[in-house]
Amino acid sequence: MPIKEKRLILQHADEPGYAPDIACYRRHGGYAELKKALGTPPDSILAEVKASGLRGRGGAGFSCGLKWSFIPKNNAKPVYLICNADESEPGTFKDRQIIHKDPHQLLEGMIITAYAIGAHLAYIYIRGEFPEGARILERALAEAKRDGFLGKSILGSGFDLDVFVHRGAGAYICGEETGLIESLEGKRPYPRIKPPYFPAVLGLYMCPTVVNNVETLCNVKHIVRMGGAAYAALGRPNNTGTRILCVSGDVARPGYFESEIGTITMGQLIHDVCGGIRDGNRLKAVIPGGSSAKVLRAGDTYAIRRRKPDGSTETISVALEDIPLDFDSLADAGSMAGSGGIIVMDHTRDMVEALANINEFYAHESCGQCTPCREGSLWMKKVTARMTRGDGRPSDPDLLASIANSIAGRTVCAFGEACAWPTQSFVDKFRDEFEAKAAPAKEVPRAA
Amino acid sequence: MTEKTQPPQDTVSIQLDGTWVRVPKGTNVIEAAKRHGRFIPHYCYHPKLEIAGNCRMCLVEIGMPRLGPDRQPVRGADGMPEIAWIPRPQIGCATTVSDGMGVRTASPLVEECRRGVMEFLLINHPLDCPICDQAGECKLQEFSLEYGSAASRFIEQKVKKPKHVDIGKNILLDDERCILCSRCIRFARDIAKEDVLGFTQRGSQTTLSIHPGRRFDSNYSLNAADICPVGALTSKDFRFKMRVWFLKETNAICTSCGTGCNIVIGSREGAVHRLTPRENDAVNQCWMCDHGRLNFHHLHAPDRIKAPTCRLNGHALVAEWPDALSQLSRMLGNLAPDEIAILASSKMTNEELFLLSLLRDRLGGDSVPCDVLPRRQEADHLLVCDDGNPNSTGARLLGISSDGKRLPDVIKAIESGRTKAVLAISEDLADAGITQPTIARIPTLATIAILPNATTSEARFVLPGAGFAEKRGSMINVKGRIQRLNRATPPPANARDDWQILTDLLALLDAPHFPHIDAVFAAMAARHPALAGLTLAGIGDLGQQLARK
Repeated sequence: MPIKEKRLILQHADEPGYAPDIACYRRHGGYAELKKALGTPPDSILAEVKASGLRGRGGAGFSCGLKWSFIPKNNAKPVYLICNADESEPGTFKDRQIIHKDPHQLLEGMIITAYAIGAHLAYIYIRGEFPEGARILERALAEAKRDGFLGKSILGSGFDLDVFVHRGAGAYICGEETGLIESLEGKRPYPRIKPPYFPAVLGLYMCPTVVNNVETLCNVKHIVRMGGAAYAALGRPNNTGTRILCVSGDVARPGYFESEIGTITMGQLIHDVCGGIRDGNRLKAVIPGGSSAKVLRAGDTYAIRRRKPDGSTETISVALEDIPLDFDSLADAGSMAGSGGIIVMDHTRDMVEALANINEFYAHESCGQCTPCREGSLWMKKVTARMTRGDGRPSDPDLLASIANSIAGRTVCAFGEACAWPTQSFVDKFRDEFEAKAAPAKEVPRAA
Repeated sequence: MTEKTQPPQDTVSIQLDGTWVRVPKGTNVIEAAKRHGRFIPHYCYHPKLEIAGNCRMCLVEIGMPRLGPDRQPVRGADGMPEIAWIPRPQIGCATTVSDGMGVRTASPLVEECRRGVMEFLLINHPLDCPICDQAGECKLQEFSLEYGSAASRFIEQKVKKPKHVDIGKNILLDDERCILCSRCIRFARDIAKEDVLGFTQRGSQTTLSIHPGRRFDSNYSLNAADICPVGALTSKDFRFKMRVWFLKETNAICTSCGTGCNIVIGSREGAVHRLTPRENDAVNQCWMCDHGRLNFHHLHAPDRIKAPTCRLNGHALVAEWPDALSQLSRMLGNLAPDEIAILASSKMTNEELFLLSLLRDRLGGDSVPCDVLPRRQEADHLLVCDDGNPNSTGARLLGISSDGKRLPDVIKAIESGRTKAVLAISEDLADAGITQPTIARIPTLATIAILPNATTSEARFVLPGAGFAEKRGSMINVKGRIQRLNRATPPPANARDDWQILTDLLALLDAPHFPHIDAVFAAMAARHPALAGLTLAGIGDLGQQLARK
C-alpha cells in the first residue's frame, strides 16, 4: 500500500515548471503570508508559533516558540536572526532541496520571523559546499529586495530588514549555533560555553540572536497561513507539523519524503516509500537522525510510549520497523529524530567498518577546542581503523565504549555526544561483530 | 534559618561537599571552593584571564535548590535547601555561585571525569618529562599523580606536531607538549596587547601557532611561559639551565624600574638562575616585564668587582676592608663640608640611603652637595613605569634625592676642582655627564659598585657592594608602597652588603652605627614619620602602602 506524502514545505518544489525565481513564487501565492504577518503585532506571531508546537528541524528538536521567547523582554540591543543553512550532518539533504528549489519560501519565513523577534539584520549561514545554493539565495535576495520584500519599510509597514548570505568554509562544527556565530564574527568556529553564552541573550556580537534551521523557518510561513492551532493538528501531539525525511543507504529508492510527523513507521518508510531493502537483502540496522544518532538494530524490541485515546500514555514494546517516526518515539527508542537523515543498512554491512567510517568523519570534524572531544574522537577513529585492518585486540570493544563514555556529557557543545553516540550504540548493539574483529590475530608461522 | 545573625548581603550560601559555607557573591566555583580548602584542578582557567572553559578538568557536580509546588526551595531537616543535582557535570570555572547551590568536588562522577580528561591529555603528549624544563612545576605531572592512571591504554601512533618553534626573542614553543588550553593566546591578546598567537588546524591536529610574519616579541612574552601549565612555552634564557626543584625560592622585588614588581628569585649554590613574578594585586597582579625578569645576569658577570681596592701611584691594589675603610674615614674626617660631594642613587635601599644621610650629617649636612641621578623613561600600558630607578620615593623621603635638582651643584662642585673628596654610591660619575679627565682629577674618589665603570677605573677607593639579589632591605615604589628585598645569594667573594660598608664607615667616624639591618630600619622609622610604626620584618612579603602625604 503506497503511503501518501503530506507536502507542506515541498508542496511546489518538485512540480514540473516550478522555478526558484520570485515571479514563480508569487504566482503560487508567495509573500501573501508576509503581508498578513506585517499587519499583525509581532507578539501575535510568537503566540501562533508557540501554539503550533513547532520543534526545531535542525537536530535538537527544541521548541521554536520557546527559543524566540528567551530574548530578554527589556532588551535594548539589536536583535539578530540567523538561518542555519550549514546542513552538514551526514545523511541529511533536505535544506538543500528547499534552498535550490524554493528559496523564496525560506526568505518569506525569515522575514516573518525577523518581524516577530524584532530583528532588522539577518544572515543565512550556508555551508561552503553549497556554492550553487549560495548563488540561488543571492539571486533570491536581490529579487526580494527589488520587489520591496526586503530593505526599508517592507511593503510600507515601517519594518526594515536586510538579509545577507554568508558562506562557511567547510566545517561541520559551524552548524553548532554558537560555533556558527563565532564563524560569522570572523573567528574560529569554537562553540561557546553555555552558560553564559546563550544566543538568545549573548549571541552574535553579544546581542540577542535567534538561530533557526532552514526547514524550521519555512514552517513559520505555514503557521502564519494556517494558524498555530491548525498547524498543531498536523502530526501528533508534541510532534506537530510535517517533516522532510532523508533516506539513504541500502534501500531500493533512496530520497527525501515529507509527511506528517509520526504518522508513518520506520517499516512503512523503508518498505512502502523507499521500495524496501535493495537487492532483496535483509534490514540490519537504521541510524534514524543523521550519523550522530544512535543506531537501532533490526530484530531488537524498543519500549516506546504511546498516547491512548483518553490522553494518558502507555509503554509498548515494538520492533524497529514499528517505531513511529517522531521526536518522542525515537527518543524513547534510545536514539533521536535528529536532523531527519535516516541511514538504512542491510545485512551485508560490516558494522565495524561502518563505525570506522563515522569515526573518521567526527575525528576530522572535531573543532579541537575542548579536551574530551578533541582527543577522544581521534582515538576512537584510530581504534576502529586498526580493527578494520585486522589488528583488533580483545580489549578494544570495552576501550571504545570507555572512550565514548568519557566524551559524552563532558564537552563544550553537543559534538561530544555526536561523536560518542555512534561508538556507544554500535559497540553496544553489535558487540558480537566488534568482538569478532577484536579476537587475537591467528598465529602466523614464523620463518625458521 | 538556623543562623542567628543576618549574613552579609554580599555573600551566598552554598553546599560544598556536604557542608554549608558562605562565599562571596559573583565568584566562580573554583575560587569559592578554594576559600574553603577544596582544590578543583584546572588547566585553562586562570584568575587573571578571560574564561575559556576548554580543558574540562574542573568538571564538578552542581545542583540547585529543589523547588516545591509553591516554587519555594524545599528545606531539609537541617533547615537548608534540598539540592536537585544536575545530571551533567558542569565546569567550575564558568559556574558562578548562587544561593542554595550544591557543589560536589570529589564525587565518583567528578573523579571519573578527571581521570578521563587526564587520559585524553596524555595520549598524544610526548611524555618527555626527563628533558622538559617544566618538569617539577608541571600541572600535567601534578594532576597525573593526583587524578591520573599509572597505566596507558593508548597503543596508537601519537600525533606529530612542530617542536622547538622559535616564536619570539625570549620564548620557544613545543607544540607536542601543548595541551591547547589557550592561556597564552588570551594573555597575548588581552594582557600583553599583542594578539599574535592562535590555533591553526583543527581537532587533535590543532596547533598553537604564531601569526605568519609576526613574532611574539612583547616585553611581557615570558609571562606566557609562566602561565603555560605544561612545558609547551619555555624561556630561552632558562631552558636546560637548572632543574626547578633544585632552586631555592626567595621572595623579593624587581629593581628594574619604579613599579617594584614582586618576584621570586630562583637560586642555587650562590647563583641566581631565574626571576619569576609573584602575585601582588596591589602592584603587578602576577606579571612582570621580560626586561626586569632577565636583568640579573650582571650579578654573575666575569668582571664583577669582588674585593676592595685602594689606588696607590696609579695602581689599584687589593686591600683589606679595615684598611680601606679606615683610610677613607681618615681622609673624609679631615675635610670641610664644601670640600665633599656625594652622588647617590635611587637604586639604593632605604637602609643604605638612611645610613648615607647619617654619613652626610656627620660630614657637614646640607652643606655637602648631594643628589641622585634621575632616570626618566617611557612607561608602557602595563607595568613599566616612567621612573627607571626603583627607589626614587625612598631617596626623596630620606633627604638624599632632590630629583636631580641639586645634581648641577654636585657636578659643578666636582668640575670646579673645589671638592677634595667625592662619594659615588652605586652610580657612575660618567652617567652624570662628568668627563673622564675630570673624574681622574678628583683627589679622593670613593665608590661603592658591583661592576667596573669610568668611576671605578679612577677611584682611589673601590668598595664592592651587593646586587639586588644579595641584599635585604626596603624600597618604596612610585605609588608609595614600601616593599622588601631579601637575600637570595651572598655577595661574591670579598664583596659586602652596602649597608655594612656604610655602617662601618660611620663607626670609624664616631657617628651612629648599627649591629644589624633591622636596627637600621628601626632608627630610620623613628626619624621619619612616614615610616612610623613599621619594622623591616613587619613589612611582609606583599609590602605596605604608606600614607599619602
